[in-house]
Amino acid sequence: MSEKSKLLEIRDLTVHYVTVDGTVHAVEDLSLELEEGKTLGLVGETGAGKTTTVKAVMQILPDPPAKIIQGEISFMGEDLLKKSKKAMRKIRGKQISMIFQDPMTSLNPVMTVGDQIMEVIRLHDKKLSRKDAWIKACEMLELVGIKSDRATDYPHQFSGGMKQRVIIAMALACNPKLLIADEPTTALDVTIQAQVLELMRKLKAQYQTSMIMITHDLGIVAEICDYVAVMYAGEIVEYGNKEQLFHRPSHPYTKGLFACIPNLMEEEMKLVPIEGLTPDPAKLPQGCRFHPRCPYASEHCQQKRPKTIETEPGHFVKCLLIEGREKE
Amino acid sequence: MQKEMILEQEEIIVKKRSQVKEVWRRFRRNRQAMVGMVMLLILIFAAIFAGVIAPYDPLQQDIINRLQPPSAAHIFGTDELGRDIFSRILYGSRISLTVGLIAVSISSVVGCALGAIAGYYGGVLDNVIMRCADVLMAIPSILLNISIVAALGTGLQNVMIAIGISSVPAYCRIMRASLLSLKDQEFVDASRAAGASDPYIIIHHILPNSLAPLIVQATLKIGGAILSCASMSFIGLGIVPPTPEWGAMLSTGRDFLRDAPHLTAFPGIAIMFAVFAMNLMGDGLRDALDPKLKN
Amino acid sequence: MSKADMKNQTVSGEANGGTILEVRGLKKYFPTKRGLLHAVDDVNFSIEKGKTMGLVGESGCGKSTVGRLLLRLTEATEGEILFYGEDLRKLDKTAMRHARRKIQIVFQDPYASLDGRKSVFESIAEPLKVQKLYPDKKELEEKVYELMATAGLAKRLANSYPHELDGGRRQRVGIARALALNPDFLVLDEPVSALDVSIQAQVLNLMEELQEKFGLTYLFISHDLSVVKHISDTIAVMYLGKIVETAECRDLFSRPLHPYTQALLSAVPIPSIDYHVERIVLEGDVPSPINPEPGCRFAGRCRFCEERCHKEMPELKDMGNGHFVACHLVNG
Repeated sequence: MSEKSKLLEIRDLTVHYVTVDGTVHAVEDLSLELEEGKTLGLVGETGAGKTTTVKAVMQILPDPPAKIIQGEISFMGEDLLKKSKKAMRKIRGKQISMIFQDPMTSLNPVMTVGDQIMEVIRLHDKKLSRKDAWIKACEMLELVGIKSDRATDYPHQFSGGMKQRVIIAMALACNPKLLIADEPTTALDVTIQAQVLELMRKLKAQYQTSMIMITHDLGIVAEICDYVAVMYAGEIVEYGNKEQLFHRPSHPYTKGLFACIPNLMEEEMKLVPIEGLTPDPAKLPQGCRFHPRCPYASEHCQQKRPKTIETEPGHFVKCLLIEGREKE
Repeated sequence: MQKEMILEQEEIIVKKRSQVKEVWRRFRRNRQAMVGMVMLLILIFAAIFAGVIAPYDPLQQDIINRLQPPSAAHIFGTDELGRDIFSRILYGSRISLTVGLIAVSISSVVGCALGAIAGYYGGVLDNVIMRCADVLMAIPSILLNISIVAALGTGLQNVMIAIGISSVPAYCRIMRASLLSLKDQEFVDASRAAGASDPYIIIHHILPNSLAPLIVQATLKIGGAILSCASMSFIGLGIVPPTPEWGAMLSTGRDFLRDAPHLTAFPGIAIMFAVFAMNLMGDGLRDALDPKLKN
Repeated sequence: MSKADMKNQTVSGEANGGTILEVRGLKKYFPTKRGLLHAVDDVNFSIEKGKTMGLVGESGCGKSTVGRLLLRLTEATEGEILFYGEDLRKLDKTAMRHARRKIQIVFQDPYASLDGRKSVFESIAEPLKVQKLYPDKKELEEKVYELMATAGLAKRLANSYPHELDGGRRQRVGIARALALNPDFLVLDEPVSALDVSIQAQVLNLMEELQEKFGLTYLFISHDLSVVKHISDTIAVMYLGKIVETAECRDLFSRPLHPYTQALLSAVPIPSIDYHVERIVLEGDVPSPINPEPGCRFAGRCRFCEERCHKEMPELKDMGNGHFVACHLVNG
């Protein structure tokens, strides 16, 4: 892979939340890369650090309590962490935009949707006249399948699925290089989710936008992503392309995730849950973070932190068992 | 071995902590609230032990030594009749605290009862009670106090009643609002599904859950009541001289503002001290009682 | 007439322990400013003892209202709820309190359904106290600990408060509480929707174990088809207050007949890259349930819609093998 095609590269990112009760290790030594035009699925359960990671990319972490301890986030060859606030504002919305989970609270209830889209456009393209920006806003609405005569409607006049379309239109209004979607369909019904996913897939193909899709639903990953990163307790435990991850899941946690979800296409007698609980990020276990819940854990796993190793080209796993196997 | 790790984590939650202790833990960490509490404790101490601490009889006049500035003999000086201001302020704290407590008790009990009835039964009764409350709220409280005292006559008791009545609507609203929001909570449904009766639900679920905002309101209102009492006395409708009351002292001191500013300064500071203490306490309690601010 | 059909189904099912709950013509209309909201509109079904019926549908279809109507947490507008042959709607307060021992509910959000000021012990003990089943303090204590063990809660959690527990544990408290009165029937209203996947599997397994152990009957309400398929024996699909299709679980997934069911099934993302489902993307949104148009509720979004679909309300038709579908275009 040539250096040029990498749109986003995160190196050793560590984010802590410093509170009175102690330091929460939200993200630790996280490395990621994303090629242009591809979609990366960021999978994990509540508190795994998915949202913290993308908020670090957007630089919208609440500080305090969040502190970026170390790392490098290079976007189109420039380190975002070294950018000034003003420079970051220009990048946000213009080159990187984000879609949030809850369409109900992401729109301003007292502004028409057309005005809201227009605002984003004019914020980043000040030369554009109001009239042209309005035309652009209407085009964006049509693009996401909303008739442009509804541009003068207020958010409460739209249903949940329609609102999420508006938000997508807003996010794409400046034709960003990277779109970050934080569980964009979790709040929607399945049939509406299908509509939105279909739309996102279409737009992605049309605009060649790269995307990071945060989700806990492996079904959505299978459908829309090219690459998958599985997060557990602030770390990426497995990373690979979709085929590698779905056909050859290697980390015990990834395997566990597949075993514990009921599948519509298959008959399973009993689900195999992952025992125990997600660890408290303020009190992470020693050694491998997954070892207390891992069915294969040995004494070794309690002490040693696993390193990320490449089991096949492009397939990375963070597990001592596999590390040991590779050495032999 | 692996399981032990999980157990260890769990162990942390096991220890029984009562809600009161939990609230106290959070309260204690709030520095402002603690300052407020210390101030209040000083006030209470002064009120209880006024008889012991006070160097003079608060009513004893000494015309020769009138309008003395603060000195070693009279640390806050003397007033227009030569009474020791420090002693008067100490005794005055008794009245202020009593008025605060009793007025707030009257308004909270009456207000909560009315609010609960309005919220629980709804419909016409709700409308009647709440509209009456609206009318009371529309009248400036000082005006309301004046008219009630005018009707009942002056005196400590009537002042307390007047101040109590004028803050009934606030409690009424708080109680009704929390009742309405709690009535639709799922845990109330859960309790009903278990077969609990309405009175059981109100006593066991709704009241304990609506207590927090009421306590906060009550604390803040004590300061307000002290202030109201002082202003009533200031305009001559409250406590009648020679009873040492801060507002009345302020009022008489007004005539000597130029020559003896300490006559007004000290009672003023005392009022500020008490109100400030209650406000700090109230704010601290609000934070401590909010379960969302767990840490 | 669909009611007669439903009855036939009931009779044939009696070999398996008999019908525990039968719902006939259940309706709930909420008055709103813009007219009557038809939340539940003429719903009929029956559940056999020891079985699980899944009730699926999207938000606002009335599935949760059905669950609440069964327990009379919301009073129905019309219809019969026959529990062991006795109409729950006709019971007075005391009799209903008594009936609630046998029919219980687990809510979606265990955080909202537990009083934040009550400890785990107090929450679980509440139904027992309310029904005055264990006047002796010692016995009550033992019973609560037994329930906690049954629901997989460690004894030492007894004194913790809901906000100190994670979602899975909280839901276990909800389950222990629902089990306290030894019910025969449990309404499970989206019991795992608020939980993370790894915890979801733990709770689902627990519910299957409990069903086996106590011979419980479940009405499992959910929007998640994968979960419903996993746990249910029969499934009813709801759309805008109506049951549009009901069948044995396997039958419904292998042979969905109603166009809505077909679209719903195809919309579920499959966590595997080996299947390729032909997706039927439904146009538009669910219409408003306020003063609905006559005719089939799904007509406006249906790809096969004909003229009569807009005029006539289709009744549930027996397609054999306990498979019922309410669609004009499906012929028996």
